[in-house]
Amino acid sequence: MNDPVVPAPALSLFRATSFTRKKIRVQKAAGILFGAMACALLVPLLALVVYLVVNAWPALTWEFLTDVPQGGMRRGGIWPALIGTLYLVVFSRLFSTPVGVLAGVYLNEYAKDNWLTRVVNLAVVNLAGVPSIVHALFGVGAFVIFAGLGKSVLAASLTLAIMTLPVMIVATREALAAVPMAFRVACWNLGASRWQTIRTIVLPNSIGGILTGVILEVCRAAGETAPIMFTGAIFFKAVERWDFFPYSPREQCMALSYHLHAISTQVPGVPEPMLYATAVVLLGFVLAFNSLAIVVRFRMRQRKKW
Amino acid sequence: MVNNVKIEIRGLSVSYGLRPALHGISLDIPARGIFAIIGPANSGKSTLLKCVNRTVEFERGARVRGEVRIDGVNVFRSGNVYALRRRIGMVFPLPVGLPLSVYDNVAYAPRMAGLRDRRALDDVVERCLRQAALWEEVKDRLTSLGTLLSGGQQQRLTIARALSHDPEILCLDEFSIAIDPVTTMRIEDVLTQLKSRMTIVLVTNLVQQARRLGDLTCFLNRGEVVQVDRTAMIFSDRPGNQLTYDYTRGIFG
Repeated sequence: MNDPVVPAPALSLFRATSFTRKKIRVQKAAGILFGAMACALLVPLLALVVYLVVNAWPALTWEFLTDVPQGGMRRGGIWPALIGTLYLVVFSRLFSTPVGVLAGVYLNEYAKDNWLTRVVNLAVVNLAGVPSIVHALFGVGAFVIFAGLGKSVLAASLTLAIMTLPVMIVATREALAAVPMAFRVACWNLGASRWQTIRTIVLPNSIGGILTGVILEVCRAAGETAPIMFTGAIFFKAVERWDFFPYSPREQCMALSYHLHAISTQVPGVPEPMLYATAVVLLGFVLAFNSLAIVVRFRMRQRKKW
Repeated sequence: MVNNVKIEIRGLSVSYGLRPALHGISLDIPARGIFAIIGPANSGKSTLLKCVNRTVEFERGARVRGEVRIDGVNVFRSGNVYALRRRIGMVFPLPVGLPLSVYDNVAYAPRMAGLRDRRALDDVVERCLRQAALWEEVKDRLTSLGTLLSGGQQQRLTIARALSHDPEILCLDEFSIAIDPVTTMRIEDVLTQLKSRMTIVLVTNLVQQARRLGDLTCFLNRGEVVQVDRTAMIFSDRPGNQLTYDYTRGIFG
C-alpha cells in the first residue's frame, strides 16, 4: 500500500489562520479568568473558617458544648443555646416542610394555568423577597400578639417557618419538574390517576431534591437571628447540663444565633475565645447540614434511573 | 366491508387555543383488524388518538366538540375516565420505560387498577412480555430497570405495558420511528397476531407500513378525512381521489 497522498488544498483546511489563533487565545483567557473567579470563592470561606477556629481554639472543648453558661455568661458553655436552636429548627421544619411540599406538589402537578395560580406564584416570589426583620415584625403581630402565643418557641418557629416556606415550595417544584413529563403521560394513559402517578413515579424520583431543600432551609432557620429576636429568643435560662428537654413549646428559649448576638454586644467582659467558639459552633452546624445536602444530592445522582 | 363498528367518531373537532387540529371528522372503526391512519404532519392523527382515551384533556388549551363513541358510549360522557383508559392501550412514538423494574413496568396498570395478587401479576407480566416478543430477552432480568433497556426493547416494553390491562383497543402512534427495521418487523408480526382479538388503530408516517398492515386505511389531511377505504383500494392505481393517489405515491405537495 502506498501512503495516501493528501492533496495540498485539503491540508490548508487544517492550517491555523489568524482568526483561529485569536479564537484559541480568547478561549484560553476566558478559561483562566472564569476559573480564577471560581477559585476566588474559596478564599473568603477558608479565611473565615481559619480566622474563627484560630481565635476560638482555647475555648473549643467538649465542655464548652455540653456545659451551661456560668458567671453571667462569662464562663461555662452553650448547651441551652444549642438545644434551643435544635428546638427552633425541628419545630419550624414540622410546620414548613409539609405545607411547602404539599403546596409545591399542588402548584407543579395539579394547578391549571389560571389567575389563582399566577397570584399564588407571585405571592411565593414576593414572600421570598421579604427581609427577615420584616418577617420578625409580622411574627410579633401575628403569632405573639394576635394568636396569643406570646414570646415562645412556637411563635418563633412559626415565624421561621413562614420565612423559609417560599424556598421550600420552589425547591419542591424544581425537584418535581426534573421528572420528565413523558413518565406522567405514560402513567395517565395506563389509567393511573394524577395522585397514583405522583405517588408511584413522581415523588420517589424527586424526593432527593425535596430533601436537599429541607436541609438547606434547616441551615437558614438555624442561622437567622432577626426573626427569633422578638418572637421567642431569650437572653438566659437556667438549664441543667445534658437536659434535652429544657423548654416547653410555650416558653421562650435560648438560641445559638441570638446567644452570639447577646454575648458579643450586651455582656461586657466575655473572654474573646468564647465569642469565637460560639460562632464556630453555629458555622459548624450550618456546614455540617450543607455537607449532608451534598451527600444526599450525590446519592440521588447515583440512583438516577433514566 | 361489513363488520360491527367499535369506535364511531361523529363530528369531532379539536382546537388547541386558536390553532385547529381536527375539523368535524366522522369515522367508523370496525371491531378487530388493523385500521391504519396515514397523513402528513399536523393532519391531526395524534390528536385523533388522544381523543379516543381522552388524554387530549391534558393538552394545554385543548377544546373538543363532537363525539367519540366506543361500543355506542360517548367517551366524553363516560363518568369513569380511568376505566375508559384501561380499555385502550396506547403506544407513543418515543419509547418510555418508566423508572421501575421491567416487571413493575408491565404490572403497573393492573396494580393501579387494584390488582394485588402476586400470582395473577406474574401471569400478566409473562403473557404481555411474550405477546410483545420481549419475554425471551428479559426473562432473566425482570428486576433490572426498564429505562436501561435498548430503544427497541423499551418500545416493546411499552407495547407489553399497553397490553397489560387486556385492552379491547390498541392505539399505536408512529411506534417505529425510534427503532430499527428488524425490531419494527417483529412488532409488526405481533400486531398481525393480535388483530384477530382486538381493534388496532395504527397511525403511521410510513405509507408502506400502512400498506403492509392495514385492513382499512384512512388518509387524513389538514384535520379532515380525505378518504377511508380498503387498504388495497387506497394503494391501487385508481383510489378515486387525486390527493390520496399523490400522497401514497410520494408526489404530494
